[in-house]
Amino acid sequence: MNAPRSHSKTLFEKIFDRHVIVTRESGDALLFIDRQLIHDLHYRSFEELQAVGRTIRYPDQLFATPDHSVPTTAKKLTDIPQGEMRDTVAGLQEAAERIGFTHFDMTDPRHGIVHVVGPEQGITLPGLTLVCGDSHTSTHGALGCLSFGIGSTEVKHVLATQTLWQRKPRSMRITVDGTLGLGLSAKDIILTIIRHIGAAGGTGYAIEYAGSAIRQLSIEGRMTISNMTIEAGARFGIIAPDDKTLEYVYGRPYAPTDEKWEEAMAYWRLLPSDDTAVFDKEININAAAIEPTVTWGNSPQFCVGISDVIPDPASEADLATRANMESALTYMDLLPGTPVNKIDIDRVFIGSCTNSRIEDLRQAAEVFKGRSVVVPTLVVPGSGLVKSEAEREGLDRIFINAGAQWREPGCSMCVAINGDVLSPGQRCASTSNRNFQGRQGMGSRTHLVSPAMAAAAAVTGRFTDSRRLSS
Amino acid sequence: MQPFRRFSAVAVPIDIPNCDTDQIIPARFLRRAKDDPAYARFLLHDLRFHADDTETSFIFNQIPYTNAQILVCDINWGCGSSREAAVNALMANHIRAVIAPTFGDIHYSNCIKNGLLPVRLSAANCNHIRIQLHESPGASITIDLDKQAVSGPDRKGYMFDIDPMDKIRLLHGLDDISMTLEHQAEIEAFERDYRKKNRWIF
Repeated sequence: MNAPRSHSKTLFEKIFDRHVIVTRESGDALLFIDRQLIHDLHYRSFEELQAVGRTIRYPDQLFATPDHSVPTTAKKLTDIPQGEMRDTVAGLQEAAERIGFTHFDMTDPRHGIVHVVGPEQGITLPGLTLVCGDSHTSTHGALGCLSFGIGSTEVKHVLATQTLWQRKPRSMRITVDGTLGLGLSAKDIILTIIRHIGAAGGTGYAIEYAGSAIRQLSIEGRMTISNMTIEAGARFGIIAPDDKTLEYVYGRPYAPTDEKWEEAMAYWRLLPSDDTAVFDKEININAAAIEPTVTWGNSPQFCVGISDVIPDPASEADLATRANMESALTYMDLLPGTPVNKIDIDRVFIGSCTNSRIEDLRQAAEVFKGRSVVVPTLVVPGSGLVKSEAEREGLDRIFINAGAQWREPGCSMCVAINGDVLSPGQRCASTSNRNFQGRQGMGSRTHLVSPAMAAAAAVTGRFTDSRRLSS
Repeated sequence: MQPFRRFSAVAVPIDIPNCDTDQIIPARFLRRAKDDPAYARFLLHDLRFHADDTETSFIFNQIPYTNAQILVCDINWGCGSSREAAVNALMANHIRAVIAPTFGDIHYSNCIKNGLLPVRLSAANCNHIRIQLHESPGASITIDLDKQAVSGPDRKGYMFDIDPMDKIRLLHGLDDISMTLEHQAEIEAFERDYRKKNRWIF
C-alpha cells in the first residue's frame, strides 16, 4: 500500500517506530505501550484477567480515575445512589487497592475526566505511546503523544502484556493557516475541519495538525482539536511538541525532572516531522474564514456558521447524503432554510473532555458576566484541579450568579449515564463532542458548539453569535 | 474464540449511513455484564424499541430478518465511541459478520478481536446487496473467509481485502494475548533495552 519512502519521517512515524518490538511480514507491529489510562467502565477487565490467570504487567504505568459513572452532585463514593453506578465506581477503586495502581478517587483533588487528568498530571508526555479504553484518547496527541482509543479486549491485552498489535495507519496532515478571528476558539476550528473532510474522512489515517493557527493555540486549545479527531474517523490526532508544550509539561507531578528532563528533551526536540516527510494526504484550511460554528445534524460533519441557515437536503446531489440529511432534520425537528440564530434551545451543557478545562470555563464566564441564563444550564469542570482554579479566579461566582449550576467533575451530560440527562425532545447547546441520536438521553437533540457559544445560548435562549456578547 | 471459515446465513440490510456505536448500543447499557440475559435486546435498542418497550417497525424486528446473522450496512458503520459492548450486542444476537463500505477504525478492530468478521465491500456493492435483501426478504449470503469472497443473494461473487494477520486470527479463532506471548523473548529483550535508554519514562 505504501510507496517506498525516503528516510525522512513524520512525527507519528518517529514515535511509532521507536516503540516497535517486532514486525510481522503482514506489516503488523507489536508496539510497546508506555502508559495506560483507565476509567470506571473498564473495571471488569481486572477480574476477567484474573479469571484466566493473567496478571497486570506494569501497575506503575497504569493510571485510573472514575469519570463516566460519577454523578456531578456526588463528592464521594457513598454519595452515589446504590446500584450499577456506584458498583462501577467502587469496582475500579477495589481493583486499584488490590493491584496497587494509581487511582485518583472521587475525594482526591486530582480526580476528573481521564483525558483532562492525564495531561494535567504530566502522565501524558510527548513521545510516549498512551492508550485508554475510550475513543477520545486522541486528546493527548495535542502534546505530541502517540495516543489512541482502544476496545476492552485491547485494554486487557495492554494490562497483561504492556504491548498492542497495530498496523501503521496512513498519514494525513491538516494545515490550518491564517489568523483565527477574535472570539473564536479551537472548537470552531475542529468542527470546520470535520465539516470539510467528513465524519469518515480520517478513517484509516493518523492525522497531524500543523500550520500557524494550530501553533498559535494554547495547549488546552490544541487538546480540543486532537480530542475531536475521532469524530472525523481518525484514532490519532497529533501535534508536534514546541516550546508551549514543554512549558506546559514542565513541573507537572509525573513529568521527568533534572537529568531525566534533559534526556527527555533531547528526544522531544527530534520529534517534529522532517521537512521532507511525505504525507499520504494533505488538507489545507484557512483559519480566517472560520465562523462560530453550530452542528445541526446527528453527525459532527453536519455543521454551519452562526450566520448561516439550516441547509436544504434538496440541494445535495449525492442521494445517500441527502437521505442522511433528511433523517437528521426529522430527528432534530428542524426545517431547511431556518436561520441558525432563530433556533430556540431548552438546555445548555458546558463540560466534557472536549471543553471543560480552565480556558474553556474562562471563555464561558466572559459571556455570563453580568447576565442571567434563561434556560437550565449545567457547568461541569473537567477535574477537581480545574474546579479549584475556577473557584480561585471567581468563575464559579459568575456561573452561579448567572443562574447556572456549578457541579463536581466528570463526563456528565456528554455521555449522559451519570444521571445528567436530557428529556426526550429537548434541544441542548452542548460543548461536548457527539451529536448522535440519543447521545444525551433518549430522544435528545444535541447541537455542538464552543464554550462561548454555549454561554451565549444560555443567556439568550437561542443560538447567538457570542462575539456580540463578550465583554 | 469461535473460528470463522465459511458461513451462510440470512442477512438484513441496515440503511443507516454513519451508524455510530451509540446507535448500536446506547450508553446507558454499558455497565451491564455481557452475559446479562437482556443483552440481545440492547442491540440497536432505540431504533428497535419504543420508550414503552414495544417493538418498532425497524427491519431487524421483522420476520424473516429476525433470523439474520449477517448485517449489510452503509458507510462508516460503527463510528464514534470505542465501546466493545457494540460487538457484544451483535454477538448476543448471533451476528457473525458485518458487511459495509467503511467501518469506524476502533469498532473494526473490536470485531476482529471477538471473531466477528467485518467485510469491506464498495459502497456500490453494499448498496446493490441491500436492495436485493429488501426485495428478497430472508435471502442468504455466504462468506468464505479463506477465499475472501462474499456470495450475494443473487449468487454473484464479491472479493474483499483483509489484513493477513486478522485473517489468521479469525480463521483459527486465536486469542491475541497468547499470540503475543509467543514473542515473549523479544518483548523482554526490547523492554530491557528500552528501560535503559528511556529512564525518564519509568
